[in-house]
Amino acid sequence: MDKLLYIAMSGAKQTMLAQNVHSNNLANVSTDGFKAELVQARSMPVYGNHFPSRVYSMTEQPSVDFSHGSPIETNRDLDLMIEGDGWFSVLDETGAEAFTRVGNFSIDTAGYMRTQNGDILMGNAGPIILPPYEKVEIGHDGTVTVQALGQGPETLVEIDRIKLVNPNNVELQKNPDGLFRRTDGQEELPAAEIRIRSGFLESSNANPVHSLLEIMSLSKQFEMQVKLMKKAEEMDTASARIMHFS
Amino acid sequence: MHASLWISKTGLGAQEQKLNTISNNLANVGTTGFKRDRAVFNDLLYQIKRQPGAASSQDTTLPSGLQQGTGVRTVATQKVFGIGNIEITENPLDMAINGRGFFQVLMPDGSLGYSRDGTFQVDNTGQIVTAQGYVMQPAITIPATAATTTIGSDGVVSVLDAATGATTQVGQVQLADFVNPSGLQAIGGNLFRETTASGAATTSNPGLNGLGSIYQGAIENSNVSVVEELVNMIATQRAYEMNSKVISTVDQMLQYINQNT
Repeated sequence: MDKLLYIAMSGAKQTMLAQNVHSNNLANVSTDGFKAELVQARSMPVYGNHFPSRVYSMTEQPSVDFSHGSPIETNRDLDLMIEGDGWFSVLDETGAEAFTRVGNFSIDTAGYMRTQNGDILMGNAGPIILPPYEKVEIGHDGTVTVQALGQGPETLVEIDRIKLVNPNNVELQKNPDGLFRRTDGQEELPAAEIRIRSGFLESSNANPVHSLLEIMSLSKQFEMQVKLMKKAEEMDTASARIMHFS
Repeated sequence: MHASLWISKTGLGAQEQKLNTISNNLANVGTTGFKRDRAVFNDLLYQIKRQPGAASSQDTTLPSGLQQGTGVRTVATQKVFGIGNIEITENPLDMAINGRGFFQVLMPDGSLGYSRDGTFQVDNTGQIVTAQGYVMQPAITIPATAATTTIGSDGVVSVLDAATGATTQVGQVQLADFVNPSGLQAIGGNLFRETTASGAATTSNPGLNGLGSIYQGAIENSNVSVVEELVNMIATQRAYEMNSKVISTVDQMLQYINQNT
């Protein structure tokens, strides 16, 4: 039997994988700071003691779409958005450095600024710890200033500067927990040129129209693969018939 | 079966949760002292279907792998403690906090509840109570002979006796404060309960230690912005529709394969 059936099957299967990636992007269309996954197909020819006419397809993710989402105004002091390139540096549960652009921070009882997953926001001099405050101001360059409880506005205390980094996107990889890390595991040095804005969040950069169109066009490709499988079956029946005649 | 079905299902669930939050916010647009909720989403775990950098043969490695996301989840509904507009009511027992702090009330189970709702009344014994009848803490009793009640910006409650014409202090309003007010647990009835995330309450007189001062004859309105909620509602509805479109597309694919094989 012709191996066409298996090639069509791999095409259908890989199409479904690509659809999964797109539907994940679509499901995260309102997740703040989400970076959409890119997906592409690669041809994988099979070489051997035969004419290399068998080319299987393979779905893969070359990278993540690093383009920026649009700003959403929230007017909450601890909502931070990075203007342009750059990342917040956070400590994950293992104490290693990871990067995120999700700027929706909360403060815990010890004063640590944490992401919604509990990762601790880093400053240039270690984790940022806010004392009990009446008002917190986060400057354009990430400088955190607080007006401590019971103090007047004339006694502002500068706590630290939020550690903002600008690693090369080529060196970054999205990890299973949704945080980004350097592929070589190195720590990143703070970058002074990055600007943030307090009271804003960055929206997801997933484009719903694009994802939906991709899913629908992939579904047509899927149907074509199924049609080929059907053709392979017909050809097989035809050849069986020939053998029947002889 | 097709994993997109479940991925889109998480998308539908998240948008539904967001719509619930929005409609609750909109329903409470006229609730005194209400603080709006915000649904916070997070991408779910990624499954590594093919490890980037894995060997594709003895001498070659795959330049990029396939990590498949498994959808979205609602990680929190976060209370946003922005201050609502102050509305003048001229009612002598209405109080608004201009700044940080919560009123303390004694719950029926003996624990303390915390509230920004300053619409207080007097019960049959003269005690200052909330609209539900819970006694404000520390308890203050307004004598029956009081002609007028004055609450200072520092929380001192004094009354003018109708018969004698003398002014006497009858109590002191105290406010509670938390390190992380977003960590308080909303229990309905405009009340919050202390949690480990919020930290322990510290009490103090209004206007001291960073707490807000008290305005008599005013209440704090809900901090819900109608325009913002409506814009969120539009975005949520369309995202919901697109996720359900994925489900129907996948359904058609599976139908097609069933019919043609």
